Amino acid sequence: MAQVVVVTSGKGGVGKTTSTAALGAALARAGERVVVVDFDVGLRNLDLVMGAERRVVFDLIHVVQGSARLSQALIRDKRIDTLFLLAASQTRDKDSLTDDGVERVIRELRPSFDWVICDSPAGIERGASLAMRHADLAVVVANPEVSSVRDSDRIIGLLDSTTDKAKRGEQMEKYLLLTRYDKNRAERGEMLCIEDVLEILCIPLLGIIPESKDVLHASNMGLPVTLNNPASAPARAYNDAARRLQGEQVPLVVPSDKVTLFSKLLGRRAA
Amino acid sequence: MSTARPSFKFRGGSFHALVVRPESPIEAWLADVDVLLARSPGFFAGKSVVIDVSGLSLAKQAFLGLLDELSKRDIRILGVEGANPADVDGRVPSLVRGQAERPDTAAVPAVKSPQAALVSSLLIDAPVRSGQAIVHPEGDVTIVGSVSSGAEIIAAGSIHVYGTLRGRVLAGAYGNQRARIFCRRLDAELIAIDGHYIVADEVEPHLRKAPIQAWLEGDELKIMTMN
Repeated sequence: MAQVVVVTSGKGGVGKTTSTAALGAALARAGERVVVVDFDVGLRNLDLVMGAERRVVFDLIHVVQGSARLSQALIRDKRIDTLFLLAASQTRDKDSLTDDGVERVIRELRPSFDWVICDSPAGIERGASLAMRHADLAVVVANPEVSSVRDSDRIIGLLDSTTDKAKRGEQMEKYLLLTRYDKNRAERGEMLCIEDVLEILCIPLLGIIPESKDVLHASNMGLPVTLNNPASAPARAYNDAARRLQGEQVPLVVPSDKVTLFSKLLGRRAA
Repeated sequence: MSTARPSFKFRGGSFHALVVRPESPIEAWLADVDVLLARSPGFFAGKSVVIDVSGLSLAKQAFLGLLDELSKRDIRILGVEGANPADVDGRVPSLVRGQAERPDTAAVPAVKSPQAALVSSLLIDAPVRSGQAIVHPEGDVTIVGSVSSGAEIIAAGSIHVYGTLRGRVLAGAYGNQRARIFCRRLDAELIAIDGHYIVADEVEPHLRKAPIQAWLEGDELKIMTMN
């Protein structure tokens, strides 16, 4: 039975889609059965980052509206055969997502996968609230700057009040993924430091992803950063975050681009 | 060869429940509940609620109607107290605390005061997030945690924040000059007592990020550190 994870942030452009793809690929490479679901109907991007944009026939809206079966819409990754994509529609908008349809899709996905990772659109409207509604666990993506942190705080409030889990009176598990972190700029006081962000958001840290050109490079290649260059600093950070999601205790360090013994070992294991 | 038997585990435990005592007429009381829920949608979230109908004399139909109305509002009912077990219809457990029988209505005023004390202050045991509003028209609000930028607390009485205050707080908002604001660390967007407010820019630098209390002296909002 799958864990349903929502990757959310409130603010746009902080790295939700990149993180969904990177975590999904990292989990799948560890042997887990993973489906990544794009909820950003009308502004879909996950298909590009996964390198599947030329293979989308049916999408989430077709399945929600019953005009295609789930098995027809699931796109298997070319590199890892336990990784699947359920793309969003680019020609519709978020109003095409119905409550019942989304619930049915999530219910149908649960038995066949270990992880269902929902890539939430930005904002707090329909798309975002449907992406988080059925989640068991939330990964809150934030950049170390005040507007992103405040929006994430708002999202955490919604996770605790509007999701199915919250309505059943249960506690939603929430983890912070701090992305685009630049140690030097934080030290110069140009961005919030990790302690400040944690002090405001009060949720456990899943990982710190360093700012890196590897992320953009991987997106342009149509590859999750964890597959494009597994030895790169952001890939290592995402791999550690994925292992923490699986319940492993992994010491929290901010990987840097310097080649360390650790990254050599990781690179070799991945090869 | 012996097969392993499943083992049973018993343990004693006690749980807190919120006792809600509906008042007659029920329609007006439900309207009050809706007002409360509109102000603080999460008021009953995660709380187990016991309905005490000992002060009411409801017919079976009206009683079952009340249960329906409460469940429509996502209020989880753990049990009911003071109802005739025959009326409960097995819908929820009937709790017995020596008064399973309907008491005389004359006994009602005597038990009213402890409930008034129960609702006069509101304790929030979690951080208040951006976009959340806590409105408490009865008395004091105590937050064990921080109040985020973009969050709002409005209270009839004083406001106590055991954490960093980054949002907006309005104490004595329904006309109470004696209300005060206390916080462990002041970084608020706005603080107000009985309509007299100051915004972040007007806070003197030595008071920023300090533990403070604020009170009203005449028409002037005063702040001092509490080191």
